[in-house]
Amino acid sequence: MGMTMAEKIIALAAKVPVTRAGDIETVTVDRLMSNDGTTHLTIDMYHNQLKHPHIADPDKLVWFVDHNIPADSPKTAASHKKMREFAKEHQIAFYEGEGVCHQVMMERYVRPGELIFGADSHTCAYGALGAFGTGVGCTDYLYAMVTGTSWVLVPSTIQIRLNGKLKEGVCARDLILTIIGQIGAGGATYKVMEFVGEGMKSLTMADRISICNLCVEAGAKSALMEADEIALTYLKEHGRTPKAVLKSDEDAVFEQVITIDLGEIKPIVAKPHFVDNVAPAQECFGVKIDEAFLGSCNNGRLEDLRVAAQLIKGKKVAEGVRFLVVPASRSVYKEAIKEGLIDTFVQAGAMVMNPCCSVCWGACQGVIGQGETLISTGTRNFKGRAGHKDSYIYLASALTVTASAIAGEITTSDRV
Amino acid sequence: MGHTLVEKILGRKLNREVRPGDMLTLPVDWCMVDDIMAPFAIEKFYEMGFTKLYDPDKVVFIYDHFLPTTRVEDVRQIKEADAFAKEQGIRHIHRTDGICHQLMVEKGYIKPGDIAFGTDSHTVTYGAMGAFSTGIGYTEMAAILGTGETWVKVPASIKVVIDGTLPENVTSKDVILKIIGDLSACGATYESMEFTGSAMEEMSIASRMTMANMVVEAGAKCGLFYPDEKTASYCGIETKEMLEALQPDEDATYEKELHYKAMDFVPVVACPSLVDQIKPVNEVKGTKVDQVFLGSCTNGRLEDLQMAAQILKGKKIAPYLKFIVTPASQKIYREALKDDTLEILSDAGAIITTPGCGLCCGRGGGILSDGEVVLATNNRNFLGRMGSSQSQIYLASPKTAAATALAGVITEP
Amino acid sequence: MEKTFTATIWVLGDDIDTDIILPTQYLALEHVEDMKPYAFSPLREDLAGKIQKGDMIVAGKNFGCGSSREQAPEVMKALGISCVVAKSFARIFYRNAINNGMLLLENDKLYDQVTEGDRATVTLGEKIEYKGKTYEISSLPTNLMEILEAGGLVAAMQKKNGKKVE
Repeated sequence: MGMTMAEKIIALAAKVPVTRAGDIETVTVDRLMSNDGTTHLTIDMYHNQLKHPHIADPDKLVWFVDHNIPADSPKTAASHKKMREFAKEHQIAFYEGEGVCHQVMMERYVRPGELIFGADSHTCAYGALGAFGTGVGCTDYLYAMVTGTSWVLVPSTIQIRLNGKLKEGVCARDLILTIIGQIGAGGATYKVMEFVGEGMKSLTMADRISICNLCVEAGAKSALMEADEIALTYLKEHGRTPKAVLKSDEDAVFEQVITIDLGEIKPIVAKPHFVDNVAPAQECFGVKIDEAFLGSCNNGRLEDLRVAAQLIKGKKVAEGVRFLVVPASRSVYKEAIKEGLIDTFVQAGAMVMNPCCSVCWGACQGVIGQGETLISTGTRNFKGRAGHKDSYIYLASALTVTASAIAGEITTSDRV
Repeated sequence: MGHTLVEKILGRKLNREVRPGDMLTLPVDWCMVDDIMAPFAIEKFYEMGFTKLYDPDKVVFIYDHFLPTTRVEDVRQIKEADAFAKEQGIRHIHRTDGICHQLMVEKGYIKPGDIAFGTDSHTVTYGAMGAFSTGIGYTEMAAILGTGETWVKVPASIKVVIDGTLPENVTSKDVILKIIGDLSACGATYESMEFTGSAMEEMSIASRMTMANMVVEAGAKCGLFYPDEKTASYCGIETKEMLEALQPDEDATYEKELHYKAMDFVPVVACPSLVDQIKPVNEVKGTKVDQVFLGSCTNGRLEDLQMAAQILKGKKIAPYLKFIVTPASQKIYREALKDDTLEILSDAGAIITTPGCGLCCGRGGGILSDGEVVLATNNRNFLGRMGSSQSQIYLASPKTAAATALAGVITEP
Repeated sequence: MEKTFTATIWVLGDDIDTDIILPTQYLALEHVEDMKPYAFSPLREDLAGKIQKGDMIVAGKNFGCGSSREQAPEVMKALGISCVVAKSFARIFYRNAINNGMLLLENDKLYDQVTEGDRATVTLGEKIEYKGKTYEISSLPTNLMEILEAGGLVAAMQKKNGKKVE
């Protein structure tokens, strides 16, 4: 009996020849990512709860200040300071204001075949490069930081086979939202969502990251894609080589197999207040918006900015709508400047922010007020996530969000 | 006996001669209302029994302190302002265009000789254009919105004469800081400051705005530059007579005159936590900073960003330092994109935010925690202004800011 | 407004700026009542809670320097502060205070003599009596006195607009 890709990565990390879904393995973690959402708590635990505080391998740690940057209160600034000083003392790679952690991880660290823990739920994004990334809490993070190891319950896999090509005006984000709507917000809990099939060939790295990133919204432990030609080219361009290029064996056992024809996917939105509360975009046409957000680890990459800029060029953001454009990293920002995209957005009346989590995190920049409606390319639309508890978040693709910013109400790119 | 510039501007408006100490009722050309104060002004407006604006076309609403929004209540302020603007037919609204004082000048509202009031103390900035402008509270703004006029006591004037050429490492920010230090934080209270001399004539409109912006930190009612060819070309006006009418008489009487040689100026900082605690940069050099802020209505203009870029080109800021750059307006942001200034600053490691008041007003954009030190190009270093009351703020020029960002300690450019 | 009143003194320093009187992060709270606990917080965190209705502030030079935020005098009035005696006042704050019916008195000697917690007696337009000594205060210009006597600029405008004063 063959192994799934997830089983193979975990076996490699556990230094065992074979492992099966349901097994518990002790693994050596390849990389430990953490950000200003929780790192200050980890540091407190490190100082207060350990008898012999030490770090197994500081080179494996990568820390980011991306959620509240620039700081919006003395409290968050104090958390950042704590991180900065700890990182400096222990020589931990430290990025402040360089961009959203997952994007910078993809640009600089993630390698196919690695097992990566991140103290952030969207760590599953790394599957786009064939790495097993999964979100953990502070305690798990601290344990791995101190010992270099952790335990993993080997997950079963839902394999999603993609055929065909997305239609014009449809984004990878529409695909993943459709899938989440189909299997439900708990549909992949503890499981891995693996994407395969000839449809993969038409998906760019940006598309793939967007898809894997959102799998946690179906409850998935991780998301995986084989590191194919496209992924390996990206890796090479960013100056890295794989740890191992792996894929599921043909006779591997899958929990479930879902087949999707990409050509069937339509623009979709996730309505308040849950990610699986999806509906075809047209059902929401006419819903007035107060703010639109293009950015986040899900949709703030160059490709997203390109399609959005192309759509808004020569047009204006609707009067009274706040359109936030937030490149996912400094390198995205700089590329976007070179391509003239940033100028296009500013000219159209958008507010271009420094790379950060922005309103997806709902604390720092662009929070929405009572009764307001936001259409967002962010990861979540939970009640109150973007600001006031009585507000509404619709999730949609970069195209649909930009079209809605122009119209002042929810609409799709073919209608503006 | 001749007249000072402020007497000329005010007298011209009323078609009569005015002297310091006269109580005038002045017609108002521009009312600038920002997002912090709009809801309060609106509430008072109705409370006073008004129903209609005296002239909606003379009112400019600008949202800048709260954008990007950092707190859920910010939006309520904006919505209330929007609703009022709609009801009253206010057409001049800037929701995400940048800082109010930059926009009032940049968008062409302010012309030499205008009378402008704003709900923000740095409304004095428009004195760079030879306009009389000053900050007021929201109750007073409400009364002006209803009546189109307010009372002004004609101020006495302080004349500042600066001749010659400024040293390469000195900017207009150093000049105004030095003057505030010499006058003290209340040295010009109730008075009008006039800036003249060959160094002032040489100065760009942007540099003049920096100086006019900060006269309130010496307590002044207004800070005026004499309108000249640069002013006319910036405003797109050619009315020669008007420019001639807006010059002080040679025999005008001044309360005080300050004379400086431009070459004597050196880069300075205002030390925590008062704007008049001025020291040469060299006296505090080596002070470790956690953050550098380049922006605000004082120093967020293109030339300020360019000065910093020139110093930082091809270099990296000090490790573990935050360098926050907030252009004063979207127009400036675009200009700085075009000439690669933003790219240079980003390459150096700057965090470039969307235009707005940002850190200067302490609601976001790089708030400080206990024990942190910031060197900033804005106008105030009051205790706790940028976050914790245990943090320290040094004010300086864009050049000093860039040199400091590079070194991680306060450094002379 | 009482012609003569006696009040407990709180002493603050020179250059008490508007960011100290009310920091920016509290300016957009919906009601002035919500702002009260934060008054003077950067300087003395517990002061707002201690001030009693009718108390007075004595300070040095340039009181109220800084921004045009009218929340500053408004929150002081809401705290029940009867008047501020300072060596000098910044001009925007001065106008704002008058417009809110908040009494400001200029005297350049009292500050150097007072001890916090003592009481002083103010007679409007005339003097302040403290520990047996008399400190002179001048009266306001007529137009400002009219605003102050009306109870602030809102009331003055209501009168002008023929709106019934509540």
